[in-house]
Amino acid sequence: MSLSQDDVKKIAHLARLSISDADIPAYEKDLSNILGLVEQMSAVDTEGVVPLAHPLDMAQRLRDDVVSEDNRREQYQSVAPATENGLYLVPKVIE
Amino acid sequence: MHNKTLTELSAGLQDKSFSSAELTRAYLDRIKQFDPGLNSYITVAEEQAMAMAADADARIGAGTAAPMTGIPLAQKDIFCTEGVKTSCGSKMLDSFISPYNATVIEHFNNAGAVMLGKTNMDEFAMGSSNETSFYGPVRNPWNTDTVPGGSSGGSAAVVAARLAPASTGTDTGGSIRQPAALCGITGLKPTYGRVSRYGMIAFASSLDQAGPMTRTAEDAALMMNVMAGFDERDSTSVQRDVPDYTANLNDSLEGLKIGLPKEYFGEGLDAEVGKAVEAAIKQYEQLGATVKEISLPNTHLAVPTYYVVAPAECSSNLSRFDGVRFGYRCDDPVDLEDLYKRSRGEGFGAEVKRRIMIGAYALSAGYYDAYYLKAQQLRRLISDDFTRAFEDVDVIMGPTSPNVAFGLGEKADDPITMYLSDIYTIAVNLAGLPGMSVPAGFVNNMPVGLQIIGNYFDEARLLNVAHRYQQATDWHMRAPAEFE
Repeated sequence: MSLSQDDVKKIAHLARLSISDADIPAYEKDLSNILGLVEQMSAVDTEGVVPLAHPLDMAQRLRDDVVSEDNRREQYQSVAPATENGLYLVPKVIE
Repeated sequence: MHNKTLTELSAGLQDKSFSSAELTRAYLDRIKQFDPGLNSYITVAEEQAMAMAADADARIGAGTAAPMTGIPLAQKDIFCTEGVKTSCGSKMLDSFISPYNATVIEHFNNAGAVMLGKTNMDEFAMGSSNETSFYGPVRNPWNTDTVPGGSSGGSAAVVAARLAPASTGTDTGGSIRQPAALCGITGLKPTYGRVSRYGMIAFASSLDQAGPMTRTAEDAALMMNVMAGFDERDSTSVQRDVPDYTANLNDSLEGLKIGLPKEYFGEGLDAEVGKAVEAAIKQYEQLGATVKEISLPNTHLAVPTYYVVAPAECSSNLSRFDGVRFGYRCDDPVDLEDLYKRSRGEGFGAEVKRRIMIGAYALSAGYYDAYYLKAQQLRRLISDDFTRAFEDVDVIMGPTSPNVAFGLGEKADDPITMYLSDIYTIAVNLAGLPGMSVPAGFVNNMPVGLQIIGNYFDEARLLNVAHRYQQATDWHMRAPAEFE
């Protein structure tokens, strides 16, 4: 499995990662090598094998839909890069 | 004082041979003296540590101490610690002061343990050499030109160099066991779900598990008594009683059935490491165990499967680092997309970006069946290998790592070679089983680890099996000469 430089740019966009043009060839090579390693999987016939999503095959535990945590907004927002009036600030989205 | 085990330190604190303040100060002094040469701590929390030691001494004085009260510990910098920087080895979280504690940290606080500081690690626990850390590599105390292993490299180095009597680690594909092996200490990865993941910064949620890194198996049992247990804040935490892990340490190994997977002793294993592991197995036979060869036929698929499952889960987990709610934000973003892309592009290191991209690719439209679904099917086959094996044997043994510690920089430029250093540990995470590494000799003066794999929730037996071996050998008592 070999990726092109365009593939790398597309994946970086999907993952919302800025990658400098100078670094693209290195990612192209490394990601292609990793996919080459992963390619060994396709040699195995897995027809009918039930996928294992949880190592103990346990179901997701549910709880009642009740408030169980205190409101600690101020404390949690104290680590944010920019907030105002309890809201997170980002560059303008709507003109 | 620094050569004592947790068990000995606990006894010394209880009978007031020394105070927690004296003990904590002694370790802080050693950290000042030795850590500049090792880079094993990201943060040393001196002030908090001395305050916690004073509280512990008061508790000991009042007669309400628990076994871990007053014991100084090092915590991997992946656990959120309220008021103390929690970086996860990344520029992304370089200025992150957690507003809350991980459950593991809460448990140690309630037990009265003292936190000396936060240990260095591969960035977001992605690495096998501690070289992907934003804070630079940790050096192996046995030879400072070599790596300590990873991702819990700092936690392994501090125990080996006696800069903490014990530490915590996390293990997604070998990150407790491999550094424990390379640094000559004892490390336990519990069954998936045994220790709470709440407040432990997530890498691959179906694989991550926290555990103790100690000098001895007895010490690991003491740590597990504090760490293990159900936590309603972790949706994958297991509701199951926690045994006293110290209770069966001395049980006889007469009749213990050990399985040796032939796939763990083949091509790729360093011959001298293989000999050390075989000598350890001989020792077990002398202790009354019987040995049989077994097969885990899908072993060769573990690394490829892991490098789909782990990156896929990582790309999902690390999407929370968006430059908005916490962590690094780029300067002067022109719009929201630029904010996301540059904050992430500048905040993450190369290995983390590689894994995020592999995961994003494997999960993208049109590729899901070929990658993620296929990997989950192979994960079933790998897990079934162990289920079959445990019908005939009590524990499985083999090498933890195919080699002793390699040189700094030796594998740093080649991700694939680095990934293959976890060839014997990764399958255990895919299956969710508990596994240990215990010191089992030396090759060229560098430590070798014996891996012991147990059935689900059989941590007490692993600790018993490791403890009896440590009663018969002294590999785990050796310290690197400069740090004795």
